[in-house]
Amino acid sequence: MSQTTVYDKLWDSHLVKQNADGSALIYIDRHILHEVTSPQAFEGLRIAGRKPWRLDTNLATPDHNISTDPTERAAGVAGIPDNTSRIQVQTLDDNCDHFGIKEFKMNEMGQGIVHVMGPELGATMPGLTVVCGDSHTATHGALACLAHGIGTSEVEHVLASQCLVTKKMKNMRVTVDGVLGAGVTPKDVVLAIIAKIGTAGGNGHAIEFAGSVFRDMSIEGRMTVCNMAIEAGARVGLVAVDEKTIDYCRGRKFMPAGESFAKAAEYWRTLVSDADAVFDTEVHMNGSEIAPQVSWGTSPEMVVPVTGNIPRVEDQIDAVKKKGVERALEYMGLEGGAPISSVAVDRVFIGSCTNSRIEDMRAAAAVVEGRTVSDSIKQALVVPGSQMVKEQAEAEGLDRIFIEAGLDWREPGCSMCLAMNADKLGAGEHCASTSNRNFEGRQGNGGRTHLMSPEMAAAAAITGHIVDVREFTGDQS
Amino acid sequence: MKAFTQHSGLVGPMDRANVDTDMIIPKQFLKSIKRSGFGPNLFDELRYMDEGQPGQDCTHRPVNPDFPLNLPRYSGASILLARKNFGCGSSREHAPWALEDYGFRAVIAPSYADIFYNNCFKNGLLPVILSEQQLDVLFAEMYADEGYQLTIDLVEQTVVCPNGERFAFEIDQFRKDCLVNGLDEIGLTLQSAQAIKDYEKTRAAQQPWVFGAIK
Ligand code: SF4
Repeated sequence: MSQTTVYDKLWDSHLVKQNADGSALIYIDRHILHEVTSPQAFEGLRIAGRKPWRLDTNLATPDHNISTDPTERAAGVAGIPDNTSRIQVQTLDDNCDHFGIKEFKMNEMGQGIVHVMGPELGATMPGLTVVCGDSHTATHGALACLAHGIGTSEVEHVLASQCLVTKKMKNMRVTVDGVLGAGVTPKDVVLAIIAKIGTAGGNGHAIEFAGSVFRDMSIEGRMTVCNMAIEAGARVGLVAVDEKTIDYCRGRKFMPAGESFAKAAEYWRTLVSDADAVFDTEVHMNGSEIAPQVSWGTSPEMVVPVTGNIPRVEDQIDAVKKKGVERALEYMGLEGGAPISSVAVDRVFIGSCTNSRIEDMRAAAAVVEGRTVSDSIKQALVVPGSQMVKEQAEAEGLDRIFIEAGLDWREPGCSMCLAMNADKLGAGEHCASTSNRNFEGRQGNGGRTHLMSPEMAAAAAITGHIVDVREFTGDQS
Repeated sequence: MKAFTQHSGLVGPMDRANVDTDMIIPKQFLKSIKRSGFGPNLFDELRYMDEGQPGQDCTHRPVNPDFPLNLPRYSGASILLARKNFGCGSSREHAPWALEDYGFRAVIAPSYADIFYNNCFKNGLLPVILSEQQLDVLFAEMYADEGYQLTIDLVEQTVVCPNGERFAFEIDQFRKDCLVNGLDEIGLTLQSAQAIKDYEKTRAAQQPWVFGAIK
């Protein structure tokens, strides 16, 4: 077949049935579950007297709601101080045990944030459909699979039938050519894309990230980019297969091995868009022009280059936008027109499914090594994305670097990305955060989030304010 | 699932763009393992002056007098007028659960985030799409007229204003059918069990590594 995109190929190969009314039945290869969006789905199964369709496709772990504090974690599920949280984590364990679903329990090797865990264990493979009751499931698309978030009713639907009733999305291609400058990371690229197309720019689309910038990028970097496709409104973000994809897959726990791997790889190599593939929407950007990015407001499209200024209400032409900027400035307690680098931060969060992989840990450690967190910082958290990342980082001595610099080294989980546990901002506090959402209250009631790369967040921890990592020398003035 | 054919009710405003799911139902309420009871915490951070906690009795909490839905004139509203990209952010189905539990049967907005839009249909909540101009008209009429009511007819695919003006809206046929008939979608899918099994057989022959991997 020609003229097809990666997304088209993935769609076609999973089509069970096309219905006359425009909907389609799509087969789901991998289903990842966590404690927050699954209890009502399991309850639904029970009430209807249904069983999971297949067991060898589901993988579960607790991540959203668990403590990252080493002492609390050591006490196990029984040691979770908050009643409702403990019940929720326990309910996941009970449901997985009851239905026979493979789970990596809270303190087990393999546990981690769902979107860190899937790829690193090799549960996510090129060519699969991957779903999870979490909107950042597009992360897995970095391995050229069709991955997207679903709601709890759909979690139940997939458990019961291994299928979803859905409609084909439109194709969008975001091409970023050129070469990234020093200090410019995958996070900056995706923030720049969101700033350009807006938080609804990708609605109804599957985005393929193409161009030299993504070809040159590591698989982990591609995950950071695909992770935030949803912040541009797209449920699906993906990158075509290349040799880096194949190399990444080799040797992982759930991956095929030997002859079977070679056969799989042969198929995976076909997962590229045809030269004459047609996209409904095309966006082009030049990677050489992207500077490190920082969000100033309460939506992931409210982003400026670190060299830029906070927007002013009076410069906005569109009335709805004007209102949005005004409200965001008020919430963030910021003055329009001031340089973004003048903003002081109270807390730093390095973690989340966007930036908690080993490369992120290394990048942040390199910035803080031999330096000390500013006295004005109340807390600087480093939360590895999984038990495997944690183990690897500790083997490389990164934990020592963080601790000696004055940062907290935590246990894996979602932590301050959504602040369902004790890791949260106080009202009015500014946070340099490597997470993906800066909505009002996201990191704690009244908290003020500034999204940025791990390098930039690490530098902010040292200086106590937002700073251009390219000019960062670490001198404390 | 609750069927939706036609609904008439009082209209309330959520007059800002990009209302995200954290705003609709803040994360601390996601710890619940139930599907119901989220209504009192809908728009919690905007609606109350203090920080809400799960399991708390909300009847004595200080309410934010500036939050429009707290005004007596909107009490009992069952149709929500909203702006573009409503429901952006997370996949939490707690968002439609909260809207539904509060008493909303329908939302009218120029656009929605994809996952939220999809989740609404699973819960008998109808997300109607009208143009920005049409919403401007509805917002203006609602602000001008206390007790403003609309009728939404899903079968006819129209929103009917008190003055008789009608706005037609588009909706996918399969979504409409499920909602109009209150169908159990899982039961419907399982009617295709044989097709699913056939698919698995073919696929397992071509790509054996996909199956049996997780154990
Ligand atoms: S780290 Fe944040 S965005 Fe990622 S899965 Fe957890 S809560 Fe969701």
